[in-house]
Parts: sequence; structure tokens; C-alpha cells
Amino acid sequence: MVSAPAKFSIAGLHVHYGKLCVLRDLNLDIQANEIFTVIGPANSGKTTFLHALNRLVDLVPDSRLSGDIRLDGVDIRCGLEVEALRRKVGIVFALPLPLPISIFENVVYGLRMQGVRDAAVLDEAVERSLHESYLWDEVKDRLRSPAMNLSGGQQQRLCMARILAGRPDVLLFDEPTSGLDPISTARIEETMLNLKEKYTIVLVTNNVAQAARVGERTAFFLMGDLVEVSATSKMFTAPADSRTSDYITGKFG
Amino acid sequence: MSARLAQKIAFTILLLATLLVVLPVIFILGIIVAKGASAISWEFLFSMPRDGMTAGGIFPAVLGTLYLVLGAVLFAVPLGVLAAVYLVEYSSDNWFSRLVKLAIVNLAGVPSVVYGLFGLGIFVTFFRFGASILSGSLTLGIMILPVIITSAREALESVPRHFRTVSLSLGASRWQTIRHSVLPHALPGILTGMILGLGRAAGETAPILFTVAAFYLPRLPQSVFDQTMALPYHLYVISTQVPGIAENVRYGTALVLLTLVLLLNLAAIVLRSRFRRKKKW
Repeated sequence: MVSAPAKFSIAGLHVHYGKLCVLRDLNLDIQANEIFTVIGPANSGKTTFLHALNRLVDLVPDSRLSGDIRLDGVDIRCGLEVEALRRKVGIVFALPLPLPISIFENVVYGLRMQGVRDAAVLDEAVERSLHESYLWDEVKDRLRSPAMNLSGGQQQRLCMARILAGRPDVLLFDEPTSGLDPISTARIEETMLNLKEKYTIVLVTNNVAQAARVGERTAFFLMGDLVEVSATSKMFTAPADSRTSDYITGKFG
Repeated sequence: MSARLAQKIAFTILLLATLLVVLPVIFILGIIVAKGASAISWEFLFSMPRDGMTAGGIFPAVLGTLYLVLGAVLFAVPLGVLAAVYLVEYSSDNWFSRLVKLAIVNLAGVPSVVYGLFGLGIFVTFFRFGASILSGSLTLGIMILPVIITSAREALESVPRHFRTVSLSLGASRWQTIRHSVLPHALPGILTGMILGLGRAAGETAPILFTVAAFYLPRLPQSVFDQTMALPYHLYVISTQVPGIAENVRYGTALVLLTLVLLLNLAAIVLRSRFRRKKKW
């Protein structure tokens, strides 16, 4: 696995918000078609890490990013437009955040912004991506109704469909199930496992069990440092660092 | 004194204060309606004044006011909204944006007669627009700019942050995000500000005094370079400058002006409440 070309390769990444250093000298690779999970307590830089991968960090005033992030060997800061990067690297946020428009319009939002006007293309994208996120059967008869009327779990799967519509490469999930009940959580996890055939997935979670269930490799972040990264099965059975085992076994959290 | 008695006295004083605030409004409305209603007729609203304004209607003044208000809004709303978008969406908190915000606050505090003099100097004299609908509209437009900008800023700021984040994360550019995910949701608030500005522009006398208002002009304006009569100024003229105007004509004119402004404010309130009901985030 190590010999395959990495989807993301990150070298010497630092992120500062003003004077506060939130990520310190991060070096790691994310392979294509793996589910890479990131665990760690609050304020350990997990979300910032995700937001660095599609440059949402840029939106934070006073944020500063240094180091090197490459997507398929291309520097994400000077090798491609930020809009193109964000279409390739979609993100699902911690809370379901549909826009206050119809289900259909939510899904095609990214395509419309790219200038796609062809109704057939849009219809096809909506059906395909809602199938991929396992929401189609529940909403196929009310695509024109407001997305806000869906349940929380449905909204979160809509947010997945919304990024899938643009055929991205990488899916970033930022604690996508933190606001959901166990059944919705199970559906989201199942969806992620199915999606990894086609996509590279980076999952940030504060639920250690979730990382163990769906992850292939896992990174443990603590206070802006990458403590350890290894195969998920290894991390949960024989962590190399004592801080990792303390966190996993619940000595702090 | 017992706590109960103190409370009773406090409540009574609060109630009296509230009544005192409401009373003048009721009095003004009551007097104007009582004395002016008899003048209101189809002819009064839609015909030319005759015999030195002692007879006939006030149509040129009504139409003139509508033209001026329309002109002011056409000028101030695009300008104000664009400025508000810049201030909220693009500028960071630096000395320049703070200076602009300070200027807007100050603009709101300038007395309306100063706007009138400013309009006279700039539009009438310097740009040679003469005393015309154009000069008057621009002067009124500048006067209502602070209202437009302030309400547009509030409307834009009330659109949740995450709409922008989500839109950007889906690969939209900053301008697309503003255009598709921010402005549509701020529109009702912007419209409310527009209507409030409209009401203000309709009622002001001083800014149009030197820039457009005609004393007595019993014909309709033909172009934006014509002078026109306008309701507030007409009211001033027939109340103080021309003797022998029937009382019910004076109060009738006031009633028309008041109704116009109240209708505009009512529209703003309805719009705002509909907006609040529709808001679900």
C-alpha cells in the first residue's frame, strides 16, 4: 500500500490562526480509495486538518497555512483554482447544513455554479448521487420540496449527495454523525463503506468506536500534533504511543 | 411604603408615560382626518389646481412626489445595496471600512435642509441640472442612502455564516456565493429598508425646496429636467404662503401625504413579518 502513489501527500504542514498554532509540522499520506480516519480530543486540530485539504481554512480571518499539500502530486495552493479543488475535494460538515432551497436544488447547486444548464444532465446527476447516498427511495417523489423538511439523518445524506453530484475524488467527513441517532449513524457509516469503492474518504470523528468500525488507517491528533498514524486494526490493538492507548481506552477525552 | 404600593405607583407611571407617547399620534391623525376627509374626492386627487390653488386638485403634487420618490429609490437602492455587499462580504475590518461606516452614521445625522443646500450646490448649479426632478431625486437619494445601506447591511449579516461556507465548499466562487446564497435570502430585509427610505423621501420638504419643488405649476412634468410640485412643499405653500385656502383643502393635502407615507410603512411591516415567518434557519 505504501508504494502506491498517494492521493494526498502532506509535508511539513503548519496552520496558525493568528498567533495560535493549531497544526504543527504534519506529515502524512492518504492513499486512494481508503477510509482514513482521524481521531483525537476536542481542539486537537482535526477539523482544521480537513479544512486545510480543501482550503476552507482560507475563510478564517488571520489564518496562515505553510508547508506542502499535494493532491495527485499537484500543489493545492498554486497548482489549481480553489473552486476546482473544492469540487474535487467535497466536505460534509458536522451538522447537516442544507441550503434553504429544494432537495433538487441542493443537489445540483455545485453543478449549476459550474455553469451546467442541461436539464437532462442535472436530472441524471440528482438521481445518481441520491442513489449513491441511499436517499433516492425516500425523496424521489418530493424532490421539489424544501430540504429543511427532511429529518436530520436524511439531511446529512442529502449533504453527501450534494458533493457526490459533482463527481469528486475525495470526500471529507467532519464528525458527520455527531448530531444523529444510532440508526441514522449506522446508515451513514454503511454509505461510507460503499462509497470507498469510488472515492477516497477522510473521516474525522470523536467517536473512537466509529473509527474502529469503518477506518482502514487511523491518525491520532493531540493538541495540533500528529501523535501516531497506523493501520486502524493495529492502532486499536497495539498502539505505539502511550498517549494513543490512553485516549482509546478512555483515560482522557 | 409597602412593596405592593410601590409597585402600583410604578405601574401607573409607566402606563401614563406610554399613553402620553401614543396620545399625540392619535390627536394628529384624528384632527387631520376630521378636518381633511371632506376635501378628499376623485377630483381632488386627480385634477390640476386652479385659481391660484384655491380650487381644483393636487394631482401634480401627488405625481411629482411619486416621481421624486421613484427617482430617489432608483438611484439609492442599487448604490446602497452594492456598498452594503462590499462592506459585509468583502472588506475586512480595517481603517477604511471603519471610516466608511463612520461616514454612513454621520450621513444619517445630517439635517435635511443641509442636504437641500448640498443638492443646490452640486446638482442644480455645478452639474447644471437646474431645479429639476433629476436634482431633487438625487438629493433625496443621497439623504436616504444611510437608511438603505444600514438595513441592507443588517439583512446581509442576518444570513447565516454557514450558507456562505457551504456554497464555497461546493466550488462556488465568492461572487456566485453572494449572488445565489446570500442576496436572495437578504432580499426581503433589503426591500424593507427600501420602503422605509421611500417613506422618508416622500415626506421631506427641505431637500426638495431648492432643488425641484415648484410653487405653483398646474401642469405635469414632461421630463426629468422639469420642475414639479410635490406634496410636502405644496402643503407648506398652501398653509403659510397663500392666503384664502380653505381649511379642508390644507388638511386634505396633509391627509393624502400622511396616507401615502403610512401605506409605505405598512408595506414594509407586512413584508418584514412575512420574511420572519418564512425564515427557518
